[in-house]
Amino acid sequence: MSEMQIRPMTLNFGPQHPAAHGVLRLVLEMDGEVIERADAHVGLLHRGTEKLIEQKTYLQALPYFDRLDYVSPMNQEHAWALSIEKALNIEVPKRAQYIRVLYCEIGRILNHVLNLTTFAIDVGAMTPLLWGFEERETLMEFYERACGARLHAAYFRPGGVHQDLPDGLCDDILKWADKFPEFINDLETLLTDNRIFKQRTVNIGVTTREEALDYGLTGPCLRATGVPWDLRKSQPYDAYAEMDFDVPIGKTGDCYARYLVRIEEMRQSLRIIRQAIENMPEGPVLATNNKVTPPRRSDMKNSMEALIHHFKLYTEGFHVPEGESYTAVEAPKGEFGVYLVADGTNKPYRARLRAPGYYFMAAVDYLCRGHMLADSVAIIGSLDIVFGEIDR
Amino acid sequence: MEQATLTDALSFEALLPHLGGMIEDADHKGGELVIRCSTDNIIEVLTILRDEADFAFDQLTDLTAVDYPNRPYRFELVYQLLSITHNRRMRVLVALPEGEVAPSVLPVFNSANWAEREVWDMFGIFFAGHPDLRRLLTDYGFEGHPLRKDFPTTGYVEVRYDDTQRRVVYEPVHLTQEYRDFDFLSPWEGVQNDIEDNAADQEEQGA
Repeated sequence: MSEMQIRPMTLNFGPQHPAAHGVLRLVLEMDGEVIERADAHVGLLHRGTEKLIEQKTYLQALPYFDRLDYVSPMNQEHAWALSIEKALNIEVPKRAQYIRVLYCEIGRILNHVLNLTTFAIDVGAMTPLLWGFEERETLMEFYERACGARLHAAYFRPGGVHQDLPDGLCDDILKWADKFPEFINDLETLLTDNRIFKQRTVNIGVTTREEALDYGLTGPCLRATGVPWDLRKSQPYDAYAEMDFDVPIGKTGDCYARYLVRIEEMRQSLRIIRQAIENMPEGPVLATNNKVTPPRRSDMKNSMEALIHHFKLYTEGFHVPEGESYTAVEAPKGEFGVYLVADGTNKPYRARLRAPGYYFMAAVDYLCRGHMLADSVAIIGSLDIVFGEIDR
Repeated sequence: MEQATLTDALSFEALLPHLGGMIEDADHKGGELVIRCSTDNIIEVLTILRDEADFAFDQLTDLTAVDYPNRPYRFELVYQLLSITHNRRMRVLVALPEGEVAPSVLPVFNSANWAEREVWDMFGIFFAGHPDLRRLLTDYGFEGHPLRKDFPTTGYVEVRYDDTQRRVVYEPVHLTQEYRDFDFLSPWEGVQNDIEDNAADQEEQGA
């Protein structure tokens, strides 16, 4: 029989698919069950955040950051707050720095719990998700007690945090931190040595160090290839320089290594949470520069100047001197950066949000090639993709 | 404030022997070196910055553009580089007028793939040599480039599901309330001076 040229079959994955982690349309060109090319169509959740930020004052732009990676909202706000503080050259009070570190690490655990458990359900394990969401609920209550909102916090402000922590919250977080390692251990008994889980993840979606850097991978995906690179260590911001923690790395750079790195990162986050609470100093939580931060409510009742400051701050806002800056934080998913172009007015001229997930998604084509269809689900799950930040 | 504790920023002098003729301007901003070059040289500049052991910028963290409608060179491409080896960041700026084609840096850094597609989508800057320069974030069949300053925030078309035609239809944007763009910018200059004074005070205290 003479050879026949067979057109590859095209398979549409998504836009609504439980394993697509949101609204991802993946057009797969298949040779039998092997993926030859994965063409991702993103942007179904595009809200034009960068354009909207250009129309808002610096403070009004902050809540948009909660809506990027809605799994760990405060980590994004952190980048925005830091970039404004850098441009204005404001000192953040120590207590505020510790509170921010504390809540960033809570955000990291929130993110990893969601990612690991949804990853597990993608490859067939149901139980972790049910356990994980219970833990997330506890953590979101800590969010709620600090700022009044479970998800869209708007808690980190340029110059510190919006308000101080209520009494007893730190004790409750500590109590939770004592119990949480048990959850991580339970999660590990379900997954780490699980034969099915390992069959689905070991040697799937392997990247080397060089390829990971070349494709712009950051965060746990980069560390899984053996690169000890963590912005909290290498370019510390806020109080991270005073924290004692380790940076876990993987050896193999596959889906399983990314899973292991995240598990260990949760344990390290717990260490940081404990240190942040135990060493948290007393004092103000917001810089006292009333041109940038609002006056206290009680002052407003007695001081005309405070009232004027309040009014000016919430209408005109503050001015940021002309100039460009790039500020990056280690968000749970990787490097989240803000490239801020200020023109000296009360609104940003341009704010570019560098989302880690965007580059993960771009690498999906290269990671999926030559793998089976079912592996693409494991790869997407292990990369930690949230469409809020990819589509912006 | 000790937030950017990068190791000493790369000095401009260190770049000169390798990139001498290609740099148009250099500046230090917030502990980072910022250089400017032209569209003709960008591939060579990035290749040298990546491969030379003294620089070793192994990752193109981000690539974006900024629109300045009043400048003769309307767009500015911004390449953010990160060196994991030396723990350094650096920024390369390339200015280009409207309609000019920029070369794709995909042969140097694979991370430029989607970044260039996004810049094409949002700003309409064409990248020569990009194998797959399609729109990425906007709708199929979208017209215009949203992040240009002359593109209205409200856009031009809106969509809705039409029951009679049984499909999604596109219609010109109809706003029931006029778009509100509050101009709270104070006509007085006091605020700006105050912030600068405060910054100066804090620097003195810190020093």
